[in-house]
Order: sequence, then structure tokens, then C-alpha cells
Amino acid sequence: MKIVVCIKQTFDSEASISLNETGGIDDQSVIQIVNPYDEYAVEEAIRLKEKYGGEVTVVTVGKENARKALHQCLAMGADHTLLVNDPQLEDADSHTYAVVLSTVLCTMDYDLILCGREAIDTSVSQVPSRLAERLDLPQINMVSHLEIVEGNVKATRDIEGGSEIVESALPAVISVQKGINEVRYPSLRLIMRAKKMAIKTFSLADLGLTMDDVAPYLSVEEYIFPEPRKEGMRLKGEVNEVVTQLIQHLRHEVKVL
Amino acid sequence: MTVLAFAEQRNGKMPKAAYEALSQGRRIADSMEDNLYVCLVGNNVSGLAEEIAACGGDEILMCDSEVFSSYQTETYAAVLTAAIRELEPGIVLMGYTSMGKDIAPRVAERIGAGLISDCTDMEVKGNEIYFIRPMYAGKVFTRVRVRTPVKICTLRPNNFRVDKKQGKGELRKFTAEVPEVRAKVTKIKVQESKRPELTEAEIIVSGGRGLGKAEGFRIVEEVADTLGAAVGASRAAVDAGWRPQQHQVGQTGKVVTPNLYVACGISGAVQHLAGMGSSRCIVAINKDPDANIMKMADISIEGDLYKILPELENQIREFKGRET
Ligand SMILES: Cc1cc2nc3c(=O)[nH]c(=O)nc-3n(C[C@H](O)[C@H](O)[C@H](O)COP(=O)(O)OP(=O)(O)OC[C@H]3O[C@@H](n4cnc5c(N)ncnc54)[C@H](O)[C@@H]3O)c2cc1C
Ligand SMILES: Nc1ncnc2c1ncn2[C@@H]1O[C@H](COP(=O)(O)O)[C@@H](O)[C@H]1O
Repeated sequence: MKIVVCIKQTFDSEASISLNETGGIDDQSVIQIVNPYDEYAVEEAIRLKEKYGGEVTVVTVGKENARKALHQCLAMGADHTLLVNDPQLEDADSHTYAVVLSTVLCTMDYDLILCGREAIDTSVSQVPSRLAERLDLPQINMVSHLEIVEGNVKATRDIEGGSEIVESALPAVISVQKGINEVRYPSLRLIMRAKKMAIKTFSLADLGLTMDDVAPYLSVEEYIFPEPRKEGMRLKGEVNEVVTQLIQHLRHEVKVL
Repeated sequence: MTVLAFAEQRNGKMPKAAYEALSQGRRIADSMEDNLYVCLVGNNVSGLAEEIAACGGDEILMCDSEVFSSYQTETYAAVLTAAIRELEPGIVLMGYTSMGKDIAPRVAERIGAGLISDCTDMEVKGNEIYFIRPMYAGKVFTRVRVRTPVKICTLRPNNFRVDKKQGKGELRKFTAEVPEVRAKVTKIKVQESKRPELTEAEIIVSGGRGLGKAEGFRIVEEVADTLGAAVGASRAAVDAGWRPQQHQVGQTGKVVTPNLYVACGISGAVQHLAGMGSSRCIVAINKDPDANIMKMADISIEGDLYKILPELENQIREFKGRET
């Protein structure tokens, strides 16, 4: 089974966000990680490989430092990695990523494409479906369980108040979410070995893409930092008294009860 | 500018997010002095026309057939695409729900449209619409413009007001060619619950590691039930196996915006705040006065939740009893 996993390098979830001199989001002073949902996708791909044989290729559109994320995927057990890096991708949006990824994937041979449910930086949940559309493939999003049954995929997709079982022929694009597996931590030996493995790198020109092809559909006009929540009323003391105060306040001031 | 709202439904029932999309659509249509068009897809769904009209729907394009009895990405996407091609709306609205998340980007790529997902607010200025949406788990918001002629937008549930405003409610039969379905929904499992869906709930009572054990959730459920609330959980509680993944609130769980969020035995890690930080009122119950959640809650109670929650349940019962 040939599996391609699309991953994005994102800010660590603890990172504090600030702007740089040019008014963009500062990505220099933060720790960057493999998008947590994409770790589940890589893990799932490797488990499928372990069960059915085949190979796992991890693809990302990112900057030079995204190599670190790819090395982590290699240490987890991916076979090949591919980075698309180009200064012209500075304003990329999810349409842009879908154009680039579909161009890369067009030249590859695959049975399954795995993605994360969303990237925790911009959290748009768009790339997997846009990619599926461009490749004219079926899609299954928000998958928390995956099986291969007689060459087809059988997935559990979470919906409000329950779940759907979705069955599809391969190839298909599947986005996964927490609950699908437990991500492995590679040993130091595997981490060291991965550092020596090659990462194929492409520019837009290498892929035959121009600025026009990747022009984003959205333009960010402004970043707005929300007012931090202020410390409110503190209640302490006799249990029945503090609870009475709480209820009074919720009823008469906040008016939620 | 023509406005189109997608009236999401399952089994003839619209989620709150669909009413929110209709209402927001009505408000934009009013400011543009145009009609609100509605796309309704399903099987035997004409009964929804009245409710759609009551939320401002003027013309309802209804695709009603057995083929659409359950949601399938490929058939529903084909109908919505056909409706957009026919009406050429300036803006298309729907909920950021499991259905909206699935169909909106697929349709957007097909018609070459920009999509704003998880929108929390909008500013209409003349013929331009500015969309506000969170990034980095709500640590920063962006004001975004869409460059394409059709702008698609999915609304974060519980962030847009629902108002009753009568529209013309004209029902029009609509048909579209649908493809063979490749990814097929073969079964739907419903978790029977008398509690509201987390993303739609007005009140949520959540429990964390501080409950100490799975059984600890019983008191959380009891308090929730006296309030008609949903039950949420921190990741620590989910990972311990005390609650299902579907109940997790936070960065790798659900994002919620209730009027009241009661956090019991939850420390308030950034990843948890990512899911509930914009709740209108936050109450924290924690024995540690220095826990992060105590510093940002609107009301915090310092103490043992096993003493406070039973008393809370009693007192709520008492006043609810007095009310009826
Ligand atoms: C990539 C990533 C994603 C994550 N996503 C999420 C997410 O989606 N959601 C999420 O919640 N977390 C998430 N986390 C985990 C998060 O960092 C915290 O570990 C988690 O939220 C802690 O859960 P907690 O508050 O229940 O437990 P703790 O932090 O252990 O807090 C327990 C609290 O209970 C209090 N307590 C104990 N006993 C009592 C008592 N008897 N009475 C009253 N109070 C008591 C304690 O004082 C303490 O404050 C994520 C982490 C990472 C790295
Ligand atoms: N720049 C990128 N390179 C590769 N994959 C990506 C990229 N951006 C998003 N993805 C994939 O699409 C998923 C959803 O991302 P998003 O639509 O941005 O929320 C991610 O979890 C990745 O699997």
C-alpha cells in the first residue's frame, strides 16, 4: 500500500503570538512542531504499512525549518519526504496549499492520502477537501477509526451526537482526528538515523507553477488581539453560602439561569 | 449582492447552526436590499419551509428526493454547486458543523471560491464584507477579505444571533445532476442522549482530572441535568478513559461558546482555554486558588468540588422548584 501523508509544521500549542516588524505573525521566536493532528495521520500511515506492507511518503509545503518536522516523521517510520519551499508562498492560503499539493501528488503513485483534521495554527479545515476536489478523489473527514476491508476503506467519521460509517474505494483523501491512535515516540537511535536521511526539495518553478497559479483567494487585512479575560469574583468560605452567592449572581447579574 | 444560506438538516431537523446561518443571511440580505435565497437538500423536507421562512428565507431552492435521504458529500456538494452556479450569489453561508466543514471546502474549490471557516463575526461595509475569525486557538483574530466573486463562509456555532423575521418563503423545486457516490455513508450511529449537543449548548458543565475517577462525573452530570446543560471534559479526563473523545473541549476537541461554562477540577491549560475561552460567563470550581482557570474565570469558587457540586445541585433544584 502506497500512502502519502500531508503534514504542516505549526506553532507549539503553548506558543504566544506576536507580530513582527512587517506586521505579520512572528514565526522566528516560537517553537515549531508537527501539527498534532498530522502526527495521528503519520502514525496511522505507518501502522497500515506495518500491517499491509508498502511505503509512506510525507509531503509538506513550508519553509526551510519544516525539515525538522519531516525528520520527525522519518524517525517515526516514514520512508520518503518531500518539501515544497518557495518565497512566493508567503501569503499562501488553503487554496494555494491545495494547488501545490495536488501538483506534487499528480506525479506520484498512491493508494491513500492522509491528512489531519485541521492545522492548529490557522485551523481552517479546508486543505484535505480542496485537495480531494482537485484530484477528483472521494473524501472522508474527521475520521476517528480506519480499517481496510477487501481493498476498500471503512472509516468512522464523527458527527454531532454520533458517528457515520463511511466506505470508499481507494484512492481517497482522509483527514483524521484525535482518538484514531496513540502516537509513538521514536527512540534516540531512530531520531539520529532519520537526521541522515534525504529530503527532496522543490520550488514552485520545479513544479511548473507560477505566481498566478498559487494566488490566494483570501487577504488578511488585520490581526486583532482579544482583550485578555480579567480575573472575576472570588468566592470562598462556607459551602452553602458561596453556592447561594454564585446562584444569585448567575441569576441576577449574568442572567444565565 | 445575492445571499444564499445552506439549510443544513438531518432527518428533517435543522441544527441551531442552520438557523444561525439563515438569520445572518437575512441580516446581510437586508443591508444589501436583496432577497435571501436558501438551499435545502434532503428527503421529505418541504415541512421545513415554514421554519425557514420564519427565519427570513425568501426563495427556497429545494432538492427533495430519496437520493438525499442521508448526507453524502458528493451528492450534496453537487446540489449546492448547482444552486451557486444558478444564483451567482455574492455570499454563501452555512454552519461550521461536521457537514459544513465537509462540504464547504469541496464546493469552494470546485467553483474557485474563497472560504472563511469558523467565522465569529462579520462587518458589512457597503458592498464589501469583512470576516472575523480566530487563529492560533483564539490567541489572535484576523479580519479577512475574500477576493473571489463568490464568498463562502461557515459560521462558528453559537456566535450569531437567531432572530425571527418573516421572509417570503417561496418554495421552488430544484434539481441537479448528481454523480455516483464513491465515499458512501453506510451507517449512522446515534448516541442516545437527552442532553444538548456540546457546540449548541447554552450551558456546559465540564469536568477534569480533579474529579479523580470516572464515577466522579456522576455529580457533574447531575448538576448539568438540573440546568439542562451539556457535559464536557478536559483532555486529561478523556485520556484517562472517563469520558468519550466526543466530549473533549479544547484545541484537540470541540470549540464551544456557551453562555455559561462551569469548569470543575480543570486547571485551565492553554489548550483547554482554546476550546472555551470565549464563553460568555466562566465559572471555575477548583481547590487551588492559583490554578490558571481561577485567574480568568468570571466567578471562581475555591474549594473541594465534591462538597460544592452536591450543594450546587441542591440549590438549583430548590429554585427551579420554586419557579414552577
Ligand atoms: C497538542 C496538545 C493538545 C491538547 N489539547 C487539549 C484539549 O483539546 N483539551 C484539553 O482539555 N487539554 C488539551 N491538552 C492538554 C492540556 O495541556 C492539559 O494537560 C489538560 O487540559 C489538563 O486537564 P485538567 O485540567 O483536567 O487536569 P490538571 O491540569 O491536572 O488539573 C486538575 C485540576 O483539578 C484541581 N482539583 C484536584 N482535585 C480537586 C478537588 N477535589 N476539588 C476541586 N479541584 C480539584 C486541581 O487543583 C487542578 O487545577 C492538550 C495538550 C497538547 C500538548
Ligand atoms: N502547508 C501544508 N502542507 C502539507 N499539508 C498541509 C498543509 N496545510 C494543511 N495541510 C494538511 O491539511 C490538513 C488540514 O489543514 P487546514 O485545512 O489548514 O486546517 C492538515 O492537518 C494537513 O494534513
